[in-house]
Amino acid sequence: MGRKILLDKAHIEGIRHYDVYRREGGYRSVEKALKTMSPDAVTEEVKKSGLRGRGGAGFPTGMKWGFLAKPEGVPRYLVVNADESEPGTFKDRYLMEFIPHLLIEGMITASYALGSNVSYIYIRGEYWWVKEILEVAVQEARNAGWLGKNILGSGFDCDIFVQPGAGAYICGEETALIESLEGKRGNPRIKPPFPAVKGLWGCPTVVNNVETIAAVVPIVNDGGDEYAKIGIGKSTGTKLISACGNLNKPGVYEIEMNISVEEFLYSDEYCGGIANGKRLKACIPGGSSVPILPANLLLKTAKGETRMMTYESLSDGGFATGSMMGSGGFIAMDEDQCVVKHTYTLARFYRHESCGQCSPCREGTGWMEKILLNIENGKGKMSDIDLLWDIQRKIEGNTICPLGDAAAWPVAAAIRHFRDEFEWHVTNPTDALKGNYGLANYAKPLEIAVAP
Amino acid sequence: MKFSDDKLKQVDEMISHYPEGKHKSALLPLLHFVQKENGGWLSSEAMDYTAELLKIAPIEVYEVATFYSMYNLQPVGKTIFEVCQTGPCMLRGSDGIVDYIYEKLGIKPGQTTADGLFTLKTVECLGACGYAPMMQLGPDYREHLTKEKIDALIAEGKTKAN
Ligand code: FES
Repeated sequence: MGRKILLDKAHIEGIRHYDVYRREGGYRSVEKALKTMSPDAVTEEVKKSGLRGRGGAGFPTGMKWGFLAKPEGVPRYLVVNADESEPGTFKDRYLMEFIPHLLIEGMITASYALGSNVSYIYIRGEYWWVKEILEVAVQEARNAGWLGKNILGSGFDCDIFVQPGAGAYICGEETALIESLEGKRGNPRIKPPFPAVKGLWGCPTVVNNVETIAAVVPIVNDGGDEYAKIGIGKSTGTKLISACGNLNKPGVYEIEMNISVEEFLYSDEYCGGIANGKRLKACIPGGSSVPILPANLLLKTAKGETRMMTYESLSDGGFATGSMMGSGGFIAMDEDQCVVKHTYTLARFYRHESCGQCSPCREGTGWMEKILLNIENGKGKMSDIDLLWDIQRKIEGNTICPLGDAAAWPVAAAIRHFRDEFEWHVTNPTDALKGNYGLANYAKPLEIAVAP
Repeated sequence: MKFSDDKLKQVDEMISHYPEGKHKSALLPLLHFVQKENGGWLSSEAMDYTAELLKIAPIEVYEVATFYSMYNLQPVGKTIFEVCQTGPCMLRGSDGIVDYIYEKLGIKPGQTTADGLFTLKTVECLGACGYAPMMQLGPDYREHLTKEKIDALIAEGKTKAN
């Protein structure tokens, strides 16, 4: 059994509420930090832990904290990004829903390290009931003296508010999130200045993902070095993976970053294999924007090595033959699924979510969606495939924020690895309407793993 | 539109979450609140009133109301089925759910039944991909949808209306 340090207590009856959470050892990290550590010492532990941002970018958290500007007399803010909207991703929801105090505890400790006296949780508006769960947890923490003025007599003041979004994927991008929190449209800002210098209301701000902040709790409790012992290389600690698609056991799993993709996919401890006895065709291992891989490249790298559930191994081979850890949204597709259709739904998603500021993204996403739908419906031409390739190339890297890249990558990877399936749609339009291309060679030549 | 004192107090509470002078930050939560009070959608009157409450220009409210997908700018049915149709849900049969609702209620995505009871919308990923197919129903999610569950939800919507 893999070690769990975030969700180990998530199933204890009543853990959603303060009394049980506290009885189970909750809020120790706040006590330890406020009573025995300086703010910088907390940041130091986070640096030592090797923790990387769990929202998708994987940027070292301690370093991000280190960038925070600290001009005299200017407030600083911690904002937790709970705008979880990347298709395939539902891990933060799980954490907040089942063990909300873990996030609140992590926030207080992190706020202390950063010097944030008012911190916000920006949560996607559709998670309305989760917002209510969090508000109850915040109130309980306030009543118990963990929030407010002069917490534990340390002289440190802190309060937390929960802010709902209203349906916009783009607000997961940190500068768009800040705009939205200021009561505006979620249009990403041009960087620099980075939020660490000029963020919320023009003040230095750190925006961190829910899971990242929750991980601060075990890091402070056990020390950064202990945390760094879990995992492989620069992939330290545990990661929450939300698994979906054609799996026997979709759901949220906390994994130590030292298991193979094969184990995650097929062992009973995790996904339990592909549903209905089918075979795996393809997988998007890290949320909709990371490259899709055919089964053969998912389980083994191009060099024939076992692919592991780590940042490095998942991206081994670059975009040519690898993918990314991303947000940990693991989407598995069985042999009956159509990669063209799936890619079309993602293109539609990005068109819908483009904020419209940058022409390559605003125009390109809609164009890609139309072409993909044509191909899927048997109305595509061979030249459309090259046109698609061309469009995505022109979006990537040419926009203010990463949404453009996020829209381009899934299309690029689908064409890169599944070009024959696209071509089959063009040459067999009637069949494409009735059926699917099937598994073809996508699980060969590297053998398909069987359940152990 | 005019709020009672009690409602105004709730508005003040929302504004208290931000530093002095940053009350515009309350716009998103306030629009959710106004929408709820206004029968589930934002009329121009409701948006103007929101601007008045926050002492900002009406255009600042329109800009936001038109940007975010959870704000309805037109009246909606009493029960809104918002079925997720993004990739992971599609893999688990969300198309079949949309078709079945059409079969039962005769409405396609974007349409409302003639009696104004049901609206069908298709939406993008709601963060419930592992429990697909799913829909949003008011403030809640309905997951692992089946035809039987849709039948039950339709019956529930009808009872609620009576
Ligand atoms: S794809 Fe439907 S909830 Fe994520």
